[in-house]
Amino acid sequence: MYTFSNKLKTFSIALVIIGLLGVGYGFMTSHKSFEEVETMLAEEASHHGGGHAEETAHATTEMAHDSHGEEASSTDEAHHADAHKEHVEHVQHQISNRPWSALYVGAFFFFMIALGVLAFYAIQRASQAGWSPVLFRVMEGITAYVLPGGLIVLAIAIASGTIGHYNIFIWMDPDVVAHDKLIQGKAGWLNLPMFAVRGFIFIAGWSLYRHFARKFSLAQDNAEDDKNFKKSFRIAAAFLVFYIYSESIMSWDWIMSVDPHWFSTLFGWYVFASMFVSGITVIALITMYLKSKGLLEFVNDSHLHDLAKFMFAISIFWTYLWFSQFMLIWYSNIPEEVTYFITRINDYKLPFFGMLAMNFIFPLLVLMNSDYKRIPWFIVMAGIVILFGHYLDVFNMIMPATVGDRWFIGVPEIGAICLFAGLFMLVVFTAISKAPLLAKRNPFIKESENFHY
Amino acid sequence: MEASKVIHAIYTDDDVLMSAVKKVKAEKHHIEEVYTPFPVHGLDKAMGLEPTRIAIASFLYGCLGLAVAITMMNFIMIEDWPQNIGGKPSFSYIENMPAFVPIMFELTVFFAAHLMVITFYLRSRMWPFKNAENPDPRTTDDHFLMEIPVHGNEQELETLLQETGAVEINIVDKDTH
Repeated sequence: MYTFSNKLKTFSIALVIIGLLGVGYGFMTSHKSFEEVETMLAEEASHHGGGHAEETAHATTEMAHDSHGEEASSTDEAHHADAHKEHVEHVQHQISNRPWSALYVGAFFFFMIALGVLAFYAIQRASQAGWSPVLFRVMEGITAYVLPGGLIVLAIAIASGTIGHYNIFIWMDPDVVAHDKLIQGKAGWLNLPMFAVRGFIFIAGWSLYRHFARKFSLAQDNAEDDKNFKKSFRIAAAFLVFYIYSESIMSWDWIMSVDPHWFSTLFGWYVFASMFVSGITVIALITMYLKSKGLLEFVNDSHLHDLAKFMFAISIFWTYLWFSQFMLIWYSNIPEEVTYFITRINDYKLPFFGMLAMNFIFPLLVLMNSDYKRIPWFIVMAGIVILFGHYLDVFNMIMPATVGDRWFIGVPEIGAICLFAGLFMLVVFTAISKAPLLAKRNPFIKESENFHY
Repeated sequence: MEASKVIHAIYTDDDVLMSAVKKVKAEKHHIEEVYTPFPVHGLDKAMGLEPTRIAIASFLYGCLGLAVAITMMNFIMIEDWPQNIGGKPSFSYIENMPAFVPIMFELTVFFAAHLMVITFYLRSRMWPFKNAENPDPRTTDDHFLMEIPVHGNEQELETLLQETGAVEINIVDKDTH
């Protein structure tokens, strides 16, 4: 049995409190008045000299063209005044979006870890893997975060459209929809009640599977026969079918719809790969933590090796999907699709390509050697880089649509990471401490304990 | 080298063979070769063979393939004749790189795979029309054979191998090449 040490508990509570302070600070400093933004922009223009001013001028003329193309009688001065007002309001909105998006990115990142682990767990059950049953209790512990995490993500999404001023999803704003033919066409899918209902159905499906899988797994410990094992096999297979549909739709709803003018067919798999590899990495990290405490004496370095192989392989799978999405859009260069990558490459150069180095090149080179995959500190190092890389991945999916070039990884972002990291640790380690760490009477447990690669 | 004698111990079970190998190693006899009809897990470890370095070779071949792909396409598409083909930017390699990635990937795999296989053939001396080096044809079907060089200790070796469960023990004059 694992007991949640007081030290770790205090640490996670401290993280939550620091995180809350950071998030609160983010929200308090994001309300800027029109005049404040105006002076800020003027200052920026004078600081950066010609380059930025040119950009602003370019933006204003473009906007003037957009909004007043038909009004031939308007004077030039009127154009400029209107365009200036629009520009300032645009930036003002972006600044007020930042704490919302930072919170949303953090919440989704930790939720996606738990959901990825749930999918991995179901695959291990359905494929009757012989190596992994000794890790089942670790995975079950991590998946405890699916329900609270999912509800938090959905709550932030809905709150941004009800309490907030449509800070994440622009299609929730009836004013925007009224002037946007494209969003109007999608309104049958993208409307708040439907969004909420779909979200609740998905969270209910995932948590129901998690609840019963855990229940059967614990019941198997004291059972006389393998009835519970068979049941968990069947529900795992059924869940995987549900999961691949719900995950795909969830990724359209919760992530892709921040850019309601853009669409991509392999987006669901791409998000899946991201959550799968982060989930496996967290399984490896928590397993190593518990093993370093001497609580998992039946886990040997072959189990670690297998997890590291999964981290390596799924990192490459993620890159394959990332590149497939990027290259197809880059190659055909259709304006309605390619804007997605143009904003990211123009305004997010470092996070956009940095994440590629962290999620692909680094694990590729570090985890290729078979011997290195058995060295704990090597896997910890690779795992931390992979996790940061996938945080950046979520960051790159949400932020360009909400804050544009007003991004920074500062107090609101780090605050959100601390908040949800603390919450995640509290939920996960509480769940792990509730059951023995070795699943007894699992038909594959003997094989798993003696697993050797 | 003059003609030398070797002892051939034949087994019919891979588990018996494994324990025999361990016993012979424990007695500090040199095992020249073991012939089996299929891979026996852990045999290389029991015999104390060095791990293979073919994966390292393959990695280097992959790097070579990547270098070939990059140099080739950089020369052809960017330096030699930078045409405008469908508006693709051919001003520098990096600008047009996404279009080259499929070829970079495939050539990396191609070089890594084929050169590794050829390395394997060379190192294990396998080629068409090569004479099979098989001391006993039964070892390709259902028998296992352990070969130990004899240095005037025939009697001792024979009793040792008898104890390990060999079904047949032959002392053979080995041809020198």
